[in-house]
Amino acid sequence: MTRKSPQNQEVETTGHSWDGIEELNNPLPKWWLYTLYVTIVWAFIYALAYPAWPGLRGASAGFLGFSTRGEVAGDIARFEALNASIDSALAAADLTEITPGSDLYTYALNAGHSVFLNNCAQCHGAGAAGNVGYPNLLDDDWLWGGTLADIQYSVTHGVRNTDDADARYSQMPKFGADGILEDAQIAQVVNYVLQISGQDFDAGLARAGAAVFEDNCTACHGADGTGMRAFGAPDLTDAIWLYGGDAVTLTDSVTNARFGVMPAMGLRLSSAEVNAVVTYVHAQGGGE
Amino acid sequence: MWNTVKLGGLALITLLAAMASNYGRDFAYQVHAFIVMLAAAVTFVYVLRATGEPAKPRDTGYQDGVIRFGVVATTVWGIVGFLVGLVIALQLAFPALNFAALQGYGNFGRLRPLHTSAVIFAFGGNALIASSFYVVQRTSAARLWGGNLAWFVFWGYNLFIVLAATGYLMGVTQGKEYAEPEWYVDIWLTIVWVAYLAVFLGTILIRKEKHIYVANWFYLAFIVTIAMLHIVNNLVLPVSIFGSRSVQLFSGVQDAMTQWWYGHNAVGFFLTAGFLGMMYYFVPKQAERPVYSYKLSIIHFWALIFLYIWAGPHHLHYTALPDWASTLGMVFSIVLWMPSWGGMINGLMTLSGAWDKLRTDPIIRMMVISIGFYGMSTFEGPMMSIRAVNALSHYTDWTIGHVHSGALGWNGMITFGVLYFLTPRLWNKDRLYSLRLVDLHFWLATIGIVLYAASMWVTGIMEGLMWREVDPQGFLVNSFADTVGAKFPMYVVRATGGLLYLTGALIMGFNLLMTIRRAPVKAETPVMAAAQ
Repeated sequence: MTRKSPQNQEVETTGHSWDGIEELNNPLPKWWLYTLYVTIVWAFIYALAYPAWPGLRGASAGFLGFSTRGEVAGDIARFEALNASIDSALAAADLTEITPGSDLYTYALNAGHSVFLNNCAQCHGAGAAGNVGYPNLLDDDWLWGGTLADIQYSVTHGVRNTDDADARYSQMPKFGADGILEDAQIAQVVNYVLQISGQDFDAGLARAGAAVFEDNCTACHGADGTGMRAFGAPDLTDAIWLYGGDAVTLTDSVTNARFGVMPAMGLRLSSAEVNAVVTYVHAQGGGE
Repeated sequence: MWNTVKLGGLALITLLAAMASNYGRDFAYQVHAFIVMLAAAVTFVYVLRATGEPAKPRDTGYQDGVIRFGVVATTVWGIVGFLVGLVIALQLAFPALNFAALQGYGNFGRLRPLHTSAVIFAFGGNALIASSFYVVQRTSAARLWGGNLAWFVFWGYNLFIVLAATGYLMGVTQGKEYAEPEWYVDIWLTIVWVAYLAVFLGTILIRKEKHIYVANWFYLAFIVTIAMLHIVNNLVLPVSIFGSRSVQLFSGVQDAMTQWWYGHNAVGFFLTAGFLGMMYYFVPKQAERPVYSYKLSIIHFWALIFLYIWAGPHHLHYTALPDWASTLGMVFSIVLWMPSWGGMINGLMTLSGAWDKLRTDPIIRMMVISIGFYGMSTFEGPMMSIRAVNALSHYTDWTIGHVHSGALGWNGMITFGVLYFLTPRLWNKDRLYSLRLVDLHFWLATIGIVLYAASMWVTGIMEGLMWREVDPQGFLVNSFADTVGAKFPMYVVRATGGLLYLTGALIMGFNLLMTIRRAPVKAETPVMAAAQ
């Protein structure tokens, strides 16, 4: 090895000088040049192997026959083939008949969990505990019913959406905004609701509010305020609130009403996926 | 006579801007018209005061006043940009910092483009303009061409920055990354940029040196290409002459391709070619060594310029972009690897024979680590452009880490070195106020970058793996929120790195200020450095 250290090498400069800066005339580093050549050769080979050369109608396909869409489609097809038999069993199954502990049940729970994380968790939370305006799915307080059949219907058709004619539907009147009740009456009925839900209330207002409640609310929320699942009308006597149970929020709810919407998941999920997520939600603790 | 024309023009602009401010259809447009009116009015008064004064003797030396302003602007914008960066890093780690009272002005979505534009265009852009004015004069042995045109470039460019930055806070954006400003700001930047090209090219044309120095090739490539990119990517139709909204000329995947052709080459020509221009002057100057290889500089310059412009599609792997375009973007990126490294080799090998200075000169140390980060990110970039790697890295924080190892490491560090080089020379000082503070800045910035880049690599790869994780039956294992939760610790580490980097920049600001105010004045006859 007679490799000279850079300090000692006597390379000439180009002879120019700019503001005192000179340039040495060192050759291109060999490893640099050869690596550049290798990348160029590799580039041509790669461009022959994969779709690369555009023409007037489409582009060359490449000798490997690769396409990004084909790659994804292949992955999906592989798993669909793998799960085909158990998926068709799940799609056809009567959910009440699946025995806990069976292979089908375990499959439904795992698949349901995944479907839930990717389709439901955005609103209902990754742990299914809900958010303000989005019901908690862990408890046994159901707006539209908690049997497997009820949940299956809610998931398939959704709530108050315009995409599915069979969506669950109901609409609370805007008692304040539409002038159905006076502000004083709203204050009264709010205090009545505070009373039946076991919170601090103004006795005088609540007494008057009982009559307002009787005339305006019982049709959906029931005579005793415990709600009615046919209309998705919540129970007002418990401590579980979708939007909040304090006086300010209740006043807002009575004045402007609420209109929570859920998409019809049956339009995006396969029946096997719907059944899987229904089994999963039902098993979270509140299923009936 | 010339002043009368200028006064007439400025008065007209002031009047038109006042009318635009009155008739503006949205608040942001009104504010912007008002800012333009103020700028024109102030300039009017300034010109008026100079009118009729006896003409000052014509300066014949280098025009350094505008560069002094550029150095100050670079430092101040840098600190602002890093500070906003720290704020948004903390907002990502602690979403509660998106205060309800600041919604619509101070939330992450509004501050993020403020950060990117402040560091790239305000900090980087001012550094490029100031350093290019310095370099082109010295290496051409000529005063800047165009008289006060250089001042117009400086103030015009910084008016562009102010319009862009205030616009982001008020929600004026065309939603294109790094090209957010709306049509009227784009038109203004085009005017300023053409003036910049005229000053730079004019100075080269009147040069007294026979050959054009390599740094100027890179600066010129940067100026010309940015003009082209800026115009094509901002082809829009304004909704109203009195409004801040516009409609894009391209749509769908054509628009995406145009945007990333622009976006990638903003990196290639703004942050790479332009800053290589800086490196080719200031590294040999500071090291007092000749450039390693003239031949390498020619070959890697032309290879870089030719190849970079094709690599944009690698930003759109696995999208609606046709596979053939994505393949071509990828192979051009791979071939680009060695041409990029040519700059690194020339920078590092220029230091051979001066390695001992690494121990004594913290400015050289900054330049070396900057070239090191340049080499690292120009290897990482081609690697991430490979489709199989990109399938994992795309949309993850790995990309953020990659960008910041380049921006903080390469662009930031070389700019700090240049600012430390320029300040004593421009203010005629003997030396910097404190080299120990430079040393402290070096370590704070370096540790900050390492924390930043390492945490983003970890969280990016983790995130990519979590997104694609499927169970044996093909079901996705994690929800998106799971990945967000898992990233929290790394987000705190990232913000810590940003805090260190910002602290370093503040120390630099202090050091430069004290250099200007306190450091001893350079003796009239330069004292010879001790002989080697």
